Amino acid sequence: MKTQTEMKTSKAERTLRTGADLFIESLVDQEVGTVFGYPGGAVLPIYDALYRAKNPFQHILCRHEQGLIHAAEGYARVTGKPGVVIATSGPGATNLVTGITDAMMDSLPVVVFTGQVATGVIGTDAFQEADVIGLTTPITKHNYQVTDLKDMPRIINEAFHIASTGRPGPVVVDIPKNIASEISGEAYSSDFELPGYQPTIKPNPLQLRRLAEALSKAEKPILLAGAGVHFADASEDLLAFAEKYQLPVTTTLLGLGSFPGEHEQSLGMAGMHGSYSANMALYESDLLINIGARFDDRLTGAIQHFAPDAEVAHIDIDPAEIGKNIKTKIPVVGDAKEALNGLLARDIECEDCSDWIEKVSRNKKDSPFWFERSDDLISPQWLIEELYKVTGGQAIITTDVGQHQMWAAQFYQFNEPYKWVTSGGLGTMGFGLPSSIGAQIGRPEETVVSIVGDGGFQMTMQEMAVIKQYNLPIKVIIVNNEALGMVRQWQEDFYEERYSSSLMTENPDFIKLAEGFGVKGISVSKETDVPQVMKEVFDYDGPVLLDARVQKLDKVFPMVAPGKGNHEMVGVKRCKE
Amino acid sequence: MQRVITATVQNSSGVLNRITGMMSKRAFNIESITVGTTETEGISKMTFVVEVNDANKIEQLTKQLNKQIDVLKVNDITDNSIVARELALIKVGSTSALRAEIQGAIEPFRARVLDVSRDSMIIEVTGKPDKIEALIDLLQPYGIKELSRTGVTAFRRGKQPRQVQDMAAMNN
Repeated sequence: MKTQTEMKTSKAERTLRTGADLFIESLVDQEVGTVFGYPGGAVLPIYDALYRAKNPFQHILCRHEQGLIHAAEGYARVTGKPGVVIATSGPGATNLVTGITDAMMDSLPVVVFTGQVATGVIGTDAFQEADVIGLTTPITKHNYQVTDLKDMPRIINEAFHIASTGRPGPVVVDIPKNIASEISGEAYSSDFELPGYQPTIKPNPLQLRRLAEALSKAEKPILLAGAGVHFADASEDLLAFAEKYQLPVTTTLLGLGSFPGEHEQSLGMAGMHGSYSANMALYESDLLINIGARFDDRLTGAIQHFAPDAEVAHIDIDPAEIGKNIKTKIPVVGDAKEALNGLLARDIECEDCSDWIEKVSRNKKDSPFWFERSDDLISPQWLIEELYKVTGGQAIITTDVGQHQMWAAQFYQFNEPYKWVTSGGLGTMGFGLPSSIGAQIGRPEETVVSIVGDGGFQMTMQEMAVIKQYNLPIKVIIVNNEALGMVRQWQEDFYEERYSSSLMTENPDFIKLAEGFGVKGISVSKETDVPQVMKEVFDYDGPVLLDARVQKLDKVFPMVAPGKGNHEMVGVKRCKE
Repeated sequence: MQRVITATVQNSSGVLNRITGMMSKRAFNIESITVGTTETEGISKMTFVVEVNDANKIEQLTKQLNKQIDVLKVNDITDNSIVARELALIKVGSTSALRAEIQGAIEPFRARVLDVSRDSMIIEVTGKPDKIEALIDLLQPYGIKELSRTGVTAFRRGKQPRQVQDMAAMNN
């Protein structure tokens, strides 16, 4: 029982509480450790409550709202916990739209709080008013506007629950300023019930049995692992399953790291810039088991040529992904870990697949990813290989979008999950740098490397200030080819070398820029200097920006041209014994 | 082909916007949509008529609807034994000379005349969409001045024919 004084104080405290205080308490209840935020008019009450609460959690001030949301995505990707964002109304909210869409496409758990003008003036085109619910409805898993303070604790709990369970995704909570300022002595319930939201976790045993039967008959089976394996924390189960039945494994771009890249059964990434062995294995397989991938067009190529002889089994927690793009014979709705364990529990008698394994392994050995080294200049692919060596394959890698992203996916071997942070579905330039901030904050003990292009870096480079402010020891590597390389590549191959607006001939001096931000800048342009420079970058205790001047004309190969099937890859090189 | 889909939803703000937004984003063509409250407070029911050309697409639609947090239940009732009704208000040009003729024409449709003025009359009709189409066709020669249709709302009948029930059991 409480003493009388305790009761008095708690009552006195209660009468002082504003909606913003309740908001902060709800976040603390959710064990939020870090918030990426930017203040502004409509969130002043929240920032005031944050000040009065004396740092209930770490607050990272990015320099643009797009920086906030990508940082939150990076944080979510490497920790598995929801990334939390606070931004103001109007432009604060609209600046988040790209990142929210990115999180939606890549199923990242992010909870976004936006300020809103007071309820009394909503709909009057008030200063800094934007229809946040209207804007974010198609790009969120769910969204809410708090119109009554008593609903706020419940809504916040629901938002975190929805964002982080089932197939994760972004949830937006729009909080009008007067709700945040409203003073209340009441204690409101945060209990919730969501009868329309009951993700299926346990797969149907009947479907698992069908999958087991299909596996027992298969002569050319292959596993395709997507990001769902990460979300289900099922990497170990995937490894056990693949090893038990000797199944070759390919991954999607976002599935990299779900299966060890250096494992002998790994074929690496499949798809447009995937490996020849992975794409041919998909093409020739008679049983394709997809675990948590959504058959994106960059993976499948022309769908009429995708795995034409395969029975497709698809394990996914989101039933709407099953059969969306590819006809699926065995649908398994549920959590990837549960499904894999369900399959592991059965002892399946498999056919002898040694011919198949041999063929797949031969392709892998004969047609690996390749590049031509120049005599003097730095080959970008070689640079990634060097990076892999110098970091012992242990770093968290974040990338932007384009050629450097594909080279990172091809030449950095991801042997562990949660170390690969990239924008897959939306392909958002400007993602690399801010997402590295979130990754470093989420996993402060890890080495974080942000590989970016000279184009994408310039989209969000203001976030260098954040790296300096919080002294985050991120190593930013600009793979600088003075071009929007992937655009340039497509113009060369598909638009008869008409390089329309893709050459970045007037780049800034990135070293001076780094120095301007107070960050150490190093430039390298000769291959022979790279080992020494890499050592310098990684020996330095703090952030470094490396401007790596690479060969400008390199293209990403092999490639499935748009409209072609995966078996029609070009730029495949055969190694002769 | 036309499909009739019903969705039971929580009556929270923005639910209609979220659902129609999803349908337009995923390029589903909505022929009609009706929304109204149900016997349970806080629960609404929506009936959509959509035009789709393959079974895969309709499966996608029901799955995407089910995925919405506020959606409690989705049914594609096209192949069930259903009761489907729509209401239409039709303002037809008519002089006093034609009034009796029009009244006679609409009688088999169990339509009613709601309003008569010097040069027009307003007719109310309820029924399946094809019946309403037929009445509209019939009234066309008189000159339709205004037409407003509510869209279809539909239920499954209390008892489904055995055949249909067996089909449903097979699908489970």
